[in-house]
Amino acid sequence: MTVFNFYIFDRNGTCLYYAEWNRKKQSGISKEEEFKLMYGMIFSIKSFVNRISPTDMKDGFMNFKTSKYKLHFFETQSGLKFIMNTDLNVGSVKETLQLIYSSIYVEYVVKNPLCCLDQPITSELFKAKLDDFVRGLPIFPASVS
Amino acid sequence: MSRQASRGGDPRKVNGELFTLTYGALVAQLMKDYENDDEVNKQLEKMGYNIGVRLIEDFLARANIGRCSDFRETADIVARVAFKMYLGIQPVVSNWSAAGDEFSLLIENNPLTDFVELPDGHNALHYSNLLSGVLKGSLEMVQMDVDVRFVQDQLKGDNITEIRLKFIKRLEDAIPAGED
Repeated sequence: MTVFNFYIFDRNGTCLYYAEWNRKKQSGISKEEEFKLMYGMIFSIKSFVNRISPTDMKDGFMNFKTSKYKLHFFETQSGLKFIMNTDLNVGSVKETLQLIYSSIYVEYVVKNPLCCLDQPITSELFKAKLDDFVRGLPIFPASVS
Repeated sequence: MSRQASRGGDPRKVNGELFTLTYGALVAQLMKDYENDDEVNKQLEKMGYNIGVRLIEDFLARANIGRCSDFRETADIVARVAFKMYLGIQPVVSNWSAAGDEFSLLIENNPLTDFVELPDGHNALHYSNLLSGVLKGSLEMVQMDVDVRFVQDQLKGDNITEIRLKFIKRLEDAIPAGED
């Protein structure tokens, strides 16, 4: 199992944070373009899922799989969007993403008055904590081949 | 915030008096700086707003509640969960408008005003106006545009402190460029 990369978007579509670990193939476009593309797709999937669902949903869009990877999505009620790409063997990471929100984002960004909430996160402490956390996850491989 | 200093309890809890007195010092300083009640109200609301937009994240992360389906549910969460968590009190929700878009929070023992007596000539001051800003800021982050104002204040001789909340509109998510 492995974690490829991770995005945080705010409610306005700004990419607050991006990190990658075992990403083998780059998109070939600038990161800025990639963020826009990602946000646009997430936005569309959300509205697609909402419209097409035959019953009222509780959670809405949560993840999708392709033949190569699985994209996990978690949105807070304040509109923050957490996206994690993993390989196909990973189950639900909803709790993990929730934990990143509550014990890393809230603790090291929201509670740091010098961190602007609507701009990309520059806090080194946040970066270090998130990196440690993700590397410590059971779905993160011990050795990268 | 319990009255007793909590040693060995929840490390997040602090002595309520520390908060009350710090808030009092803030208001006193603002009154000195601005010498105008309306301006002080405005500054308090602005600070509250800035606190609210951050506090909501802490609240959502800790309370783990679902999305509110209507304004009544919102009122209930604000009074029962949020006020309890941050101020240790549970205001009464009442005076609903017929349309269900307006209600009052009735506070009997406002912890912000524990040691306060308003000096004469400050009838326009809403001492606890920070709360209006906090409510407005935090609700705005969950897509609700709400008007918040004090209509009664125990500091001014009313029997109870009453904060009136009026739902104005639902804020929509930003749409990325090129989508509709």
